[in-house]
Amino acid sequence: MQSSVGDPGAGKRGMNLTLRIWRQKDPTVKGKMVTYKVTDISPDMSFLEMLDVLNEQLIMQGEDPVAFDHDCREGICGMCGVMINGEAHGPQQTTTCQLHMRSFKDGDKIDIEPWRASPFPVIKDLAVDRRAFDRIIQAGGYISVATGTAPEAHATPVPKKDSDAAFDAATCIGCGACVAACPNASSMLFTAAKVTHLGLMPQGQPERDDRVVNMVAQQDREGFGGCTNIGECSHACPKGISMETISRLNHDLLGALRAGARPKS
Amino acid sequence: MVTVTHAGRRTPKVAKTNSVVKKVVMAVSGIIMLLYLVAHVIGNLKVFAGRDSFNSYSEWIRTVGEPAVPHQTVLTIVRVVLIVAVVAHFWAAVSLWRQAKRARPQAYANKKSVAQSYASRTMRWGGVIVLLFIIWHILDLTVGTVNPDGTDSTPYDRLVASFQNPFITAFYVLALILLGMHLRHGIWSVTQTLGQSNRRRERTVNAFAVVFSTALTAGFLLVPFSVLFGLVD
Repeated sequence: MQSSVGDPGAGKRGMNLTLRIWRQKDPTVKGKMVTYKVTDISPDMSFLEMLDVLNEQLIMQGEDPVAFDHDCREGICGMCGVMINGEAHGPQQTTTCQLHMRSFKDGDKIDIEPWRASPFPVIKDLAVDRRAFDRIIQAGGYISVATGTAPEAHATPVPKKDSDAAFDAATCIGCGACVAACPNASSMLFTAAKVTHLGLMPQGQPERDDRVVNMVAQQDREGFGGCTNIGECSHACPKGISMETISRLNHDLLGALRAGARPKS
Repeated sequence: MVTVTHAGRRTPKVAKTNSVVKKVVMAVSGIIMLLYLVAHVIGNLKVFAGRDSFNSYSEWIRTVGEPAVPHQTVLTIVRVVLIVAVVAHFWAAVSLWRQAKRARPQAYANKKSVAQSYASRTMRWGGVIVLLFIIWHILDLTVGTVNPDGTDSTPYDRLVASFQNPFITAFYVLALILLGMHLRHGIWSVTQTLGQSNRRRERTVNAFAVVFSTALTAGFLLVPFSVLFGLVD
């Protein structure tokens, strides 16, 4: 827990908030929005710390705490995605753990929901199963190289422009905000980020065609929606992955299909 | 990642056709219809050259290529291509629409749109309204079934008779504005789907989409408004 909880000034600045949170015992039962009140929330708390405060309160009252995913709490693991007031990861373009309560004001009502997509079934409350993303990666989001000691850094030259663009795409943390924000629940931005990242590197070339057809086939198989180029994903992405990656995926896919690449069934 | 048994998880229906391929069908059929609209709006402007010019243009469309090819050959080819394009566009749209519905069976209690334009939000229902409009438009001005002057009139007379009715004109205006918005998102979407967009081109493509769809809509609106305000009669 961060020091902000013990901050002597916190009481004076504390916010009182009304939370409406999706509660669902397990994947088999129906859930519903339940209202809770939290008091004396410091603006310096992260959103997850605010939920920690709520959960301590619930435990003290003998109630079931709200289940939510989180791991690193420093914006790099992609576990903590929840829908906050209708926006993936809330009002700032960052991860939920890096969202601070200063983004809200005293008396606010905050709706908190899990990602909504049939390939992301709710495990409990706000936690969803995002293994569909793992299976998309398994379908082609890798390069096949012999492992061992790290190769000499200059052995394979990569133009600066390509390495920058590849790195921008590689910042994707697989949090699922793109799917959550998309009106079609499409995973296109996620898949496109991976296709762009590997497709721009020399190491990614041998499997480039197979990668794109198999990853797209897998995302369809998982039951994600199709992309209609609306752009909600890119705005919700904590890493700001651009729509350009989607165009690149489409370009690669059309080229691969023309070259005769077909998805493995 | 947290793991859990798959209890209660519905097995997603395997998509029979690749969703990106569906989008390509959408884009290519859209381009065909867009090219037709450009030809259509140019043809419309003949109305300002007078009754005879407009009626003979209509006649030329049916006789072009004669006697080398039979009557209405070119027109029939254009009609077949357009019908195929409309059916393909509609099939891809319905298929992707259903896929999106399956992908989110449980709606959010609270969902904001931050990037979505009005044009992109109205693609589906707007498209359906435009389709119904096209059917009515053909019955009105091509066939004449629902035209105030009936089927035994010349194209020019049908056009004037229709647009002198403010309600019919209002319906045209509404449909054409919807069409303009459909094209605004459609043009941008085509460049994305065919993999021709990038960060550098994005602004240009969007600016072109706005200018082009506005100009096309204005071009189409010119005729009904000219009739309504008595400039053409």
